[in-house]
Amino acid sequence: MNQMKIESLQPRLRLFIPLVLFTLIAVFLFRALSLNPASIPSAMIGRSLPEFELPVLENERLTNNADLIGRSILINVWATWCAACVIEHPFLMRLADSGIPIYGVNYKDQVVGARKWLSDYGDPYVTNIIDQHGKLGFDLGVYGAPETFFVDANGIIQYRHVGIINEDIWTSKLARLYSGLEEGVK
Amino acid sequence: MIPELGHFALIMAFVLSIALFLIPLAGSFVSNSGAMHLADSLAVGVFVFIAISFGCLSHAFLTDDFSVRLVSSHSNSLLPPMYKLSAVWGNHEGSLLLWLLILSGWMVCVAISCRSLPLVFSARVLSILGGISTGFLSFSLFTSNPYERLLPSIPADGSDLNPLLQDIGLIIHPPILYMGYVGFAVPFAFALSALMQGRLDAAWARWSRPWTNIAWGFLTLGIMLGSWWAYYELGWGGWWFWDPVENASFMPWLAGTALVHSLAVTEKRGLFKSWTVLLAIFTFSLSLLGTFLVRSGVLTSVHAFASDPSRGLFILIFLFLVVGGSLCLYAFRAPAVASRIGFNLASRESLLLFNNVIFLVASLTILFGTLFPLFMDVLGKGKYSVGPPYFNIVFLPLMALLIPFMGLGPIARWKEDRIRSWQEQLSTPVIAVIICSLVFPLMGKDSFNLWIALSILLAGWILIGLLRSLFDRLRGIRSITTLVGRLTPSYIGMFLAHCGFAISLLGIVVTQQNSQEYDLKMLPGDSKTLSGYTFLFAGVRSVNGPNFLAEEAIFEVTTEGKLVSTLLPQKRRYLSSDSIMTEAGIDAGFWRDLYVAMGEPVGSEGAWAIRLHYKPMVRWIWLGAIFIGIGGIFTAFDKRYRYRYENLVTNESNEDRKFAAAP
Amino acid sequence: MHPARRQRLGVVLIVVFFSSLAIGLVMYAMRGNINLFYPPSEVIAGIAPQGKAIRIGGMVEDKSVQRSTDSLKVKFVITDFQASVEVIYDGILPDLFGEGQGVVVLGVLGSDGRFIANEVLAKHDENYMPPEIADSLKMSKKISAGY
Repeated sequence: MNQMKIESLQPRLRLFIPLVLFTLIAVFLFRALSLNPASIPSAMIGRSLPEFELPVLENERLTNNADLIGRSILINVWATWCAACVIEHPFLMRLADSGIPIYGVNYKDQVVGARKWLSDYGDPYVTNIIDQHGKLGFDLGVYGAPETFFVDANGIIQYRHVGIINEDIWTSKLARLYSGLEEGVK
Repeated sequence: MIPELGHFALIMAFVLSIALFLIPLAGSFVSNSGAMHLADSLAVGVFVFIAISFGCLSHAFLTDDFSVRLVSSHSNSLLPPMYKLSAVWGNHEGSLLLWLLILSGWMVCVAISCRSLPLVFSARVLSILGGISTGFLSFSLFTSNPYERLLPSIPADGSDLNPLLQDIGLIIHPPILYMGYVGFAVPFAFALSALMQGRLDAAWARWSRPWTNIAWGFLTLGIMLGSWWAYYELGWGGWWFWDPVENASFMPWLAGTALVHSLAVTEKRGLFKSWTVLLAIFTFSLSLLGTFLVRSGVLTSVHAFASDPSRGLFILIFLFLVVGGSLCLYAFRAPAVASRIGFNLASRESLLLFNNVIFLVASLTILFGTLFPLFMDVLGKGKYSVGPPYFNIVFLPLMALLIPFMGLGPIARWKEDRIRSWQEQLSTPVIAVIICSLVFPLMGKDSFNLWIALSILLAGWILIGLLRSLFDRLRGIRSITTLVGRLTPSYIGMFLAHCGFAISLLGIVVTQQNSQEYDLKMLPGDSKTLSGYTFLFAGVRSVNGPNFLAEEAIFEVTTEGKLVSTLLPQKRRYLSSDSIMTEAGIDAGFWRDLYVAMGEPVGSEGAWAIRLHYKPMVRWIWLGAIFIGIGGIFTAFDKRYRYRYENLVTNESNEDRKFAAAP
Repeated sequence: MHPARRQRLGVVLIVVFFSSLAIGLVMYAMRGNINLFYPPSEVIAGIAPQGKAIRIGGMVEDKSVQRSTDSLKVKFVITDFQASVEVIYDGILPDLFGEGQGVVVLGVLGSDGRFIANEVLAKHDENYMPPEIADSLKMSKKISAGY
C-alpha cells in the first residue's frame, strides 16, 4: 500500500522540476534588477570641483570654480540635443522655485540654441556655464547628459546623479542627500 | 484631443480585457454558458479599442503633434511620412502598443475560427489570452504611457527618430517579428486550456498546430528581416552577432521549432503529451523572457529612460505570474504516467525525439550564454561578456548532428520502420550527393574547401530525403485530383521549410568560408581587387538628403574589364540629432554580394578608411529563411485544420494514413 | 526486456547523450570565449591578466588620438579619470568614436602595458546612454529599435 503511494507520487514530483528551475532563474533575475547597473564609479566624489574659467550663457562674462563655492548647490549638465533633458526640465523648474540653487553646465552645445531653449521652456538655473568643447564635462567625468552633481559649500563634490531627476527619485533619495550637504557644512 | 482619445481607448481596452480574463474563465468553472459566450465579443472589443488607440498614436506622429512627449522625442517635422509612421513603433511605448495590437488581432482570429470548438475550451483560451493582454495593457498604462504630454512647454520640433531606424527594413521588421513572438501566446493558451480540462489528447494538438506553425513562420521571417537589416544598415557586413537582443528572439524560435515538431507527434500518435504542453509553455516563456531582457535594461543596463526600474520589475512580476502559474498548473494537472503507446527506435517518432532534444538543448545553451553575464554580476564575480565564439562552438555542432536525422525524417514511417528500407531508398542518391560534394567546390574560383564540401554533403542529404519522399508520394498518380490529394499543404510546407534549411546551411557555410574582407586606407584613384572584382575609388561628393547631409564615395567595380556596378556608400550626418551614420553601398546578387562601407576620413589628402567585402552566396541565408517561414505558414492551410473536430482520428484522409504526413 | 522499458531506456539514453554533449561543448566554449571587464585603474594596478581576451572601458582622453599616415593604425588613450591605458587598434573606428566619448575596447593586454584592441565599440550619447560597460554599441542600437 505504502509503496504504491510512493510510486504514484514520484512521477508527479518530476513534473515540478520545471517550476523549481524557473523559480531559481526568476530569483536571479530579480536580484539582477536591483543591482542598479547604472552605478558608474565616479572618481570625482569627495574631490573639489575642477578648476575652470569659462563664459556664462547669459552675458558671456567669464566665471570660475571659486564663484560656485559658498553654499550647497546642484550642478546640472544639460544640452539642447539631449531629449532626456526636456523631460527633466519641468522638475528642475520646480526645484528652483523651492529655492535650491542649480547651476547649469551647457554641455557641447550651441549658445544661440541654448538661449532660445531657456527662453522657451523657462530658466531654472542661477547661471549657466558654457562648456562648448566639453572640457569641464570631461574634467567632471561626464559621460552624457543629463547628469547632476551635488556640491557642498566647500566646493567638494558629494554625489553624482546619472540620468534624469524626477519627483520619485528626488523624494526617495536625492532630497535627503541634498539636505545632507547642508548639515555636513554646519 | 486625439491623444486623449487614444489614452481613453487604451483604458477601455484595459477594462474590457479584465472582463475577458475573468468572466468567461469563471463561467467555464460554473458552466455558465452565457458568461462563456461573452468571450467572443469581449475579444473583439479589446481589439477595436486597441486599434483605435493605435490609430490615435499614429495620427499624432503623422501630424507632428510635438506636445506628445513620445512624438517630440522620436520624430521630427523633416522626417518623411513613411518614417513618421514607423517611428510609432521605433520606441519602447509605441512598440508595446504594436505588440498589444497584434496580440488582440490574434485574439480576434482565435475567436472567429474557434467557434466550432467546445465552448468551455475556446472560452478558456480567450480568457487566458485576455489575461496576457491585461498584463501588457497595464504595463503600457502604468509604466509606459505613450500619450504623456509635454505641457505647457511644447517643443517647436522633435528630436528625430534614431537614424538607424529610418529604413525600410525597420518599418516591416517589428510587426512581422511580433506576429511570431506574440503568436506563441496562442498555443500557450491552448495548452493551458487543455491542462485545465485535464484532457491532453490528439484533438488539442490538432487545434493548436496551425496557430503554432503560423506564429513560428512569422517569427522566422521576422528574424530573417532583422538579420538582413543588420547586414546592410550597421555597416559591418555581418549578418548575425549573437547579441542578447538577437538571442531574445532566437531562443523562442528554437523552442518553437521543437514545439512544431513535437505537436506533430502528439497529433498523429498521441505521444509526448506532457512534453508538448511543457514545450508550449516554455516557448511562450522564452518570448516573455526576451521581452524582459530587452525592455528592463538588465542586460544592456540602463539607457535613456530606464532610470525608472519599475518597468523591469513590472515585467518580471508579470513573467513570474504567467510562467510560474502555468508551470504550477502543469505540475498539478499534466498526466504523470507515460503513455503506453510504443514505438521502435527506427521510426519517425524517435527521429522527432532527436529533433526535440537537439533544439531544446540548443535553446538552453543559448539561454545559459545569454544569462551568464547576469548571473556572474548577481554573484558579484565581475562583469563578463560572452562572445560570439561561445555560441558558435556550442550551436554549430548541435545543428550538424541534427542533419543526419533530418534527412531521414521525411521518409521514415510512424511507429516502426526498418533501417534496411532506409538503406534501400537512400544508398544510390547518397553516392550522387557525395560526388556532388566533391565536385561542386572545385567549380568556383576558390580552392577546394573541406567545410564547403561537408555542407554540400549535409544539404544534399536533406534534399535526397525530401526528393525520395516526394517521389513516393507521386508514384502511380493518374489524375490531378489524386495529385492534389497527396500533395497536402502540410506536406508542401514541410518540404519548403526543410529545403529552406538546406539553402540557409549552404549560404552560411559558403559565406563564412569564402568571404573576403579588407579594411584599408584609400585615396581617390586607388583600387583594390577582391576575388576578381576590382574596386576603383573614383571620388567623393557631397549629397543633400531630406534630413541629412552626406559624403558619398563613388566606387566603380569592374571584372575582366567590364563594369559590374557603381557603388555609392555614404557617410551621413543627420541634422536634428547631429548623429553620424554609415550607409553601405551593396551590389546584391544570387551568387555574391559586393559591399563597400566608408569609415572616417584619414589624413589631409582626402583619403578615407574603407571597408570592402566580397560575400559569396550571402543571399542564400535569407532566401532559405524565407522558404522556412513560408513553409511554416503554408502548413496551416491543410484541410485537416479546417475545424471539423468530430471523429478526429477516423476522419483522417486515406492519403495521410498511407503517407505519414509531415511534421 | 519489456518493449516499453526498452523504449524508455532508449529515450533516456538519447537525452543523456545529448545533454552531456551539450554540457561538454559549453564547458569547452566557456574556457576561452568569455571575457571580463576591467576599468583602466585595475589594469594599471595589475589586476587585469595579460595575454587573455578582456574588455576595457572608459573615456577617450582629449588629444590622445594619433593616426598613422599610411594605414588604418590608430593609437589612443582611455581613462577612468584615475588611470589611463594606451590602446592600439588597426581598423575602422565606429561612427560614434571620438575624443571625450565613452568607448569599450576588446582585445589583449600586452606585457608592455599597452592594449592591443581588435574591436572598438563606441557609445551613443544622444539621449543619455551611460557607458555601462558591459553593453555594446550594436546592442544599444538595437535597443533603441524598441523590441
